Amino acid sequence: MADIQLRDLTKRYTDDVLAVDGIDLRIHDGEFLVLVGPSGCGKSTTLRTIAGLEDATDGTIEIGDSVVNDVSPKNREIAMVFQNYALYPHMTAAENMSFGMRSVSDFSAEEIERRVADAAETLGIEELLERKPKELSGGERQRVAIGRALVREPQVFLLDEPLSNLDAKLRVQMRAELLKLHRQLETTTVYVTHDQTEAMTLGDRVAVLNDGQLQQVASPQELYDFPENRFVAEFIGEPAMNVLPVELRATGHGLTAAHEGFTVELPGTTDRAALGADDRTVSFGVRPEDIALASSLPDGAATFTAEVTVTEPLGEQLLLHCRVGSAEIQVKVEPRSQVAVGESVTLGFDRERLHLFAADTGETLYHSARPKADPNGRAEQSHEPASSEGLAPEAEPTG
Amino acid sequence: MATQTDTSTTTTTETLRPTRWLPEDLWVHAALVGSIFLMAMPLLLAMIMSTQTTSEVYEVTNLGIGSQGLANYWTALTEYNFATYLFNSAAMSLVIVVGKVSLSLLAALALVYYELPYERGIFMFILLTLLLPVPVRIVPLFQLLADLGWTNTLLALTGPYIASATAVFLLRQHFMSIPASLVETARLDGVGPLRFLFRVLIPMSRGMIAGVCVITYIYAWNQFLWPLVAVTDKSSQVVQVGIRYIQGSAQAGLTRWGLIMAAAIIALLPPLLVLVALHRPLLKTFAIQQK
Repeated sequence: MADIQLRDLTKRYTDDVLAVDGIDLRIHDGEFLVLVGPSGCGKSTTLRTIAGLEDATDGTIEIGDSVVNDVSPKNREIAMVFQNYALYPHMTAAENMSFGMRSVSDFSAEEIERRVADAAETLGIEELLERKPKELSGGERQRVAIGRALVREPQVFLLDEPLSNLDAKLRVQMRAELLKLHRQLETTTVYVTHDQTEAMTLGDRVAVLNDGQLQQVASPQELYDFPENRFVAEFIGEPAMNVLPVELRATGHGLTAAHEGFTVELPGTTDRAALGADDRTVSFGVRPEDIALASSLPDGAATFTAEVTVTEPLGEQLLLHCRVGSAEIQVKVEPRSQVAVGESVTLGFDRERLHLFAADTGETLYHSARPKADPNGRAEQSHEPASSEGLAPEAEPTG
Repeated sequence: MATQTDTSTTTTTETLRPTRWLPEDLWVHAALVGSIFLMAMPLLLAMIMSTQTTSEVYEVTNLGIGSQGLANYWTALTEYNFATYLFNSAAMSLVIVVGKVSLSLLAALALVYYELPYERGIFMFILLTLLLPVPVRIVPLFQLLADLGWTNTLLALTGPYIASATAVFLLRQHFMSIPASLVETARLDGVGPLRFLFRVLIPMSRGMIAGVCVITYIYAWNQFLWPLVAVTDKSSQVVQVGIRYIQGSAQAGLTRWGLIMAAAIIALLPPLLVLVALHRPLLKTFAIQQK
């Protein structure tokens, strides 16, 4: 068990290619931290640098209490699981799991046998031990690969997109098993994925990376509710948050965001300066699930009209692509709503879930809900049901 | 047989075509048969001549099995020392195969799995040696061997062939097709490079190594010029040069072609056997892909 502390971690491949750009991150003992971001954002490089497969160009990596920059990978007490499983094709599952231990001669034969048997039992792969990788299914191979990591009894697990090669159903199943395993072992785990759903479901905390820089580290719900910038807002959530340019206007009791297709009051605002916005034009963000048909809104809520261009029945919800002025927005509505393509619909926002981002930097200027920090650094929604203009509870985001 | 099945399947699938009595790919087959015949011709002639007497060989129209039967083969093996030559050739080829493949494995391991300074330059330099094959270096090489006192030894025969750019290249390409995560896993586990080579890379590359061995073996077996220069002692000579010796022993002013052809067939058999036994890995070797 160990903490991991990254200080100003930088990895530069050539003068032009900066893969990781000054990351400061503390991963707590026993935590399941997910590194997520688009392709090429530096998440895998960060993981490989922690593993020691890449040297850091700058900055330090601490595992436990010691700086490990110059410690060889095998002495870092880590175990890594790769996307392609990295099983040796000519060895059986048991041989694959024990090969590393047999190679270093620190372990007795009984010890190796015991650990392999324990890991196999934990993962439920006892009957697969004598099979070779090509006789195993994808899920079974991944279990063996995880088993190989378990037998090392490491301080830290590093998982590099371990579920990406599995089909969708198996991925969901393995996700649950990974969580169960983590709860059982409580080993510090760093998990890399490009899949934001995986990140949200697995992580105690999720670190979002883009262009080698850390965008935000927070619990999944906090990332979803209170993104610190436009990138995080658009990256987390499926489908992505609608972001539209709006003009800020001061009215008698606060600010109003005006778009060519709609105007919406921003609760709890007094003037632009209080938001830190010195420009009239900002980016307005609202998630598809925080827009609803007027019919499901309480009476008196502000509404606007939009033209439906595409409908996508998702089963549990109906996704509408709508044209508002010159902009395109996506809206999630009740699954069996009677909406046809080409029709005009009346929509309204959940005023508790509006976001404003600076037009130039993308920094968050405003959330209509207020984060409340708890001792674990997690945030909760501040709004009580008392705010009567809110949507009906079933339209609340589920994360 | 094959043409019959061809016609039947094409009739069922393409019922619109009226003329079915000739297979559609008749010309392809004719061209294949023709080119195979052309390629096999020298071999067929050699086999026929190897059974003929010298005078029968000189009757150009005589293309039947000759009167000698297998007597020429026996003569070559006994009177002309071919048993010794075969043994020498086998020893030379074996040493070259083992030496070349071992060295190339180590070189490819270093090139693929280690970060060497100027790695690309080193690889280019290795490839550059392809421009300088043994025949080009024959004079300085001979001088070197003479200075070392290696003349007429197995070392002289095999030494210049141990380092091979071709084998390094083939193995490097193959190693590059093995996922990097395998070696990374090994590094994380603290598996040493040689253990990784013997326990992981070689078992995973068996087919490729067998293919490289076949190529190397046939190449080594067919060496002529270098053994001719490096070995002067007949008892240390190899089979390809041995054939040349027979040419020297003309009978009544006539070259004994029957005997030479028998010797050539004898020289051809060992690599043929190896090729037949290992043709599968050889085919794989030439279908290498780089991921």
